Amino acid sequence: MLSVNNLAARIEEKEILRGLSLDLPAGQVHAIMGPNGSGKSTLGYVLAGHEGYEVTGGSVTFGDADLLAMEPEARAAAGLFLAFQAPLELPGVNNANFLRTALNAIRRAHGEAELDAVGFLRLARAEAKRLAMPDDMLKRNVNVGFSGGEKKRNEVLQMAILRPKLAVLDETDSGLDIDALRIVADGVNALRGPEFSALVITHHQRLLDHLVPDRVHVLSKGRIVRSGGPELARELEANGYAGVVADAA
Amino acid sequence: MPAVTETIDTVQSLTQSGYKWGFETDIEMDIAPKGLTTDTVRMISAKKGEPEWLLEWRLAAFAAWEAMVEPNWAKVGYPKIDYQDIHYYAAPKRPAPKSLDDVDPELLAMYEKLGIPLKERAVLAGVEGAGMEGVIGSGNPNIAIDAVFDSVSVATTFRDTLAKSGVIFCPISEAVREHPELVRKYLGTVVPVSDNYFAALNSAVFTDGSFVFIPKGVRCPMELSTYFRINAKNSGQFERTLIIADDGAHVSYLEGCTAPMRDENQLHAAVVELVALDDAQIKYSTVQNWYPGDANGRGGIYNFVTKRAACRGARSKVSWTQVETGSAITWKYPSCILQGEGSVGEFYSVAVTNNRQQADTGTKMIHIGKNTRSTIVSKGISAGRSDNTYRGLVRILPRASGARNHTQCDSLLIGDQCGAHTVPYIESRNPTAKVEHEATTSKIAEDQLFYCRSRGLSEEDAVGLIVNGFCKEVLKELPMEFAVEAQKLLAVSLEGSVG
Ligand SMILES: Nc1ncnc2c1ncn2[C@@H]1O[C@H](COP(=O)(O)OP(=O)(O)OP(=O)(O)O)[C@@H](O)[C@H]1O
Ligand SMILES: [Mg+2]
Repeated sequence: MLSVNNLAARIEEKEILRGLSLDLPAGQVHAIMGPNGSGKSTLGYVLAGHEGYEVTGGSVTFGDADLLAMEPEARAAAGLFLAFQAPLELPGVNNANFLRTALNAIRRAHGEAELDAVGFLRLARAEAKRLAMPDDMLKRNVNVGFSGGEKKRNEVLQMAILRPKLAVLDETDSGLDIDALRIVADGVNALRGPEFSALVITHHQRLLDHLVPDRVHVLSKGRIVRSGGPELARELEANGYAGVVADAA
Repeated sequence: MPAVTETIDTVQSLTQSGYKWGFETDIEMDIAPKGLTTDTVRMISAKKGEPEWLLEWRLAAFAAWEAMVEPNWAKVGYPKIDYQDIHYYAAPKRPAPKSLDDVDPELLAMYEKLGIPLKERAVLAGVEGAGMEGVIGSGNPNIAIDAVFDSVSVATTFRDTLAKSGVIFCPISEAVREHPELVRKYLGTVVPVSDNYFAALNSAVFTDGSFVFIPKGVRCPMELSTYFRINAKNSGQFERTLIIADDGAHVSYLEGCTAPMRDENQLHAAVVELVALDDAQIKYSTVQNWYPGDANGRGGIYNFVTKRAACRGARSKVSWTQVETGSAITWKYPSCILQGEGSVGEFYSVAVTNNRQQADTGTKMIHIGKNTRSTIVSKGISAGRSDNTYRGLVRILPRASGARNHTQCDSLLIGDQCGAHTVPYIESRNPTAKVEHEATTSKIAEDQLFYCRSRGLSEEDAVGLIVNGFCKEVLKELPMEFAVEAQKLLAVSLEGSVG
């Protein structure tokens, strides 16, 4: 599904990713952990196509496509979704309208018929209900005045509606209360299947208890320094990064 | 390349060719020689067959204008205008049409091109004037339209229907003949001839415009609309609009404007006067789309307009709503004189500037009567290398106890070569008055665009969503039919403002 080869990227002359390689087969969920500032969000942004980051080396294939050659909206149409660590506010832009415009743009790209307002609302309400989110979240402006946790839930709602093939969840669990954490994990689990993969960036074992990953990778200074099964996350939770990161250095 | 730089480039390339109303129509014209003297004023008055009092009035205005100097306090820059190098009268050669057959076929073709099918309708059979469907809000049978082509009004629709309810809606030149007592009573009482440089000029040489009178207690049964088109070369357009709503009358009026693309700048100096008596309500909406000039600031309309409403009656209300996307330079401050006790003034504005456009616009709310209220909502959007200034005055006079004003002024910047300026003047001379002013400036951040794009939206969709969201409070004030058009116009004028 996703294959990252020796990826290097920088922002404003600062090298952040330095030869990162990662294989995420279709149908799998991988967790990415690592100290603050190690480049986890940067990886998400580079995969989604943020123009502020300059890719200086390496390659990324998504399905059969050269991901790095695509515009951000084309990546979304191809099935990539990034849940932002810090979702942006769009003052004056109604959440439902935003999501419908997005969904229809993706449907258009696939040659599918657009959904009208009624059809869309039916879909969106059903998804909101599954995620135990109040309906009025759809009526409000995108993330404006949302609490930290509400913003994260809104990201998950967007994911549920846009139905990506690959979701990159950047600390979507931070700021969620215990119930919400469960709901979010269930939301991702519900999408799991042979056609869906996820890259879950997190600092907490708690999420991984509900959303059990196939693999866990540790990122340090822009590289994956260690990979393992779900037990690696538990080990990190117990001992911290010191050992892992030092090993690699 | 960062999104914002692309924005500017694309805006520039698009705007160069993006003005689709920019064609010229080859119509036989009756054009006065260039230049402005008392003879020009006399010639215009004679052409219109005006009574002596109006000629005197014009001559007084001309004398006042000659003694004045062009204002330069606005934040706009332009080369000196040579007032002797302008034609002050240009009219299609054929006389004002009595029926569709009298309308010049070229003119009909032009309206066709503008998407205004001028066609005879069954309801209008036997009625003077041609049936013209909505200029904006095209095809809406609930809108009556007066079309002003260069200097003269060429067609007014639905006059009979309106006449049944006592509403007068006609070219002002006709009102001078048919309803001289009304014109004489109100003309120049809101904007005196010597009010300002451009108003004085307009008073001296105005050629046509619309006249509306809504009698006591009548709610005008349809939207009234005037469509202005400048066509002739090197000509100025000086239209004059006068709207009177008698006690308890209600009316909603809309104006729209376009012009051909030309290298030279053209002057447009209109005056609009509104009078609202006791309990009367006037809603005046403008969708202004004069040719803005090319990406380098060549050509375009100088739009120097004086618009003012007198809320003379108790509890009267005037609402100005404007969506300004065109013109090279806009200098315009639709204002309300809140004289009647409890009268209400509102100003809702969206001003978009792109490329080299300059807009200095805002409003004046003059609170004279007790418990008068005013609301100002101004949304400025700047892109390219444009400059967008909000200039507003709220003045509370000593007698205006309990007066209230709320001002909300928001600026949105697209790119980093444009400017937004907010210049509020507040003068309160009554301690019981409450004046509130809020201002914000925001930028469409690259991260916001990226967020949208990561969801599958194109940059254009994203800018459209954000801009429409930004203007929502103003757009919802427009009559329904026009809100949709205005939204499209915003999209067009910012089209490709990114990627
Ligand atoms: N615009 C920028 N200019 C300079 N440095 C930046 C910029 N954006 C990110 N960085 C730096 O890049 C490094 C990686 O940041 P990134 O956000 O990818 O870390 P992270 O692993 O997601 O951290 P966290 O766990 O705190 O979310 C950090 O040192 C950060 O300060
Ligand atoms: Mg991060």
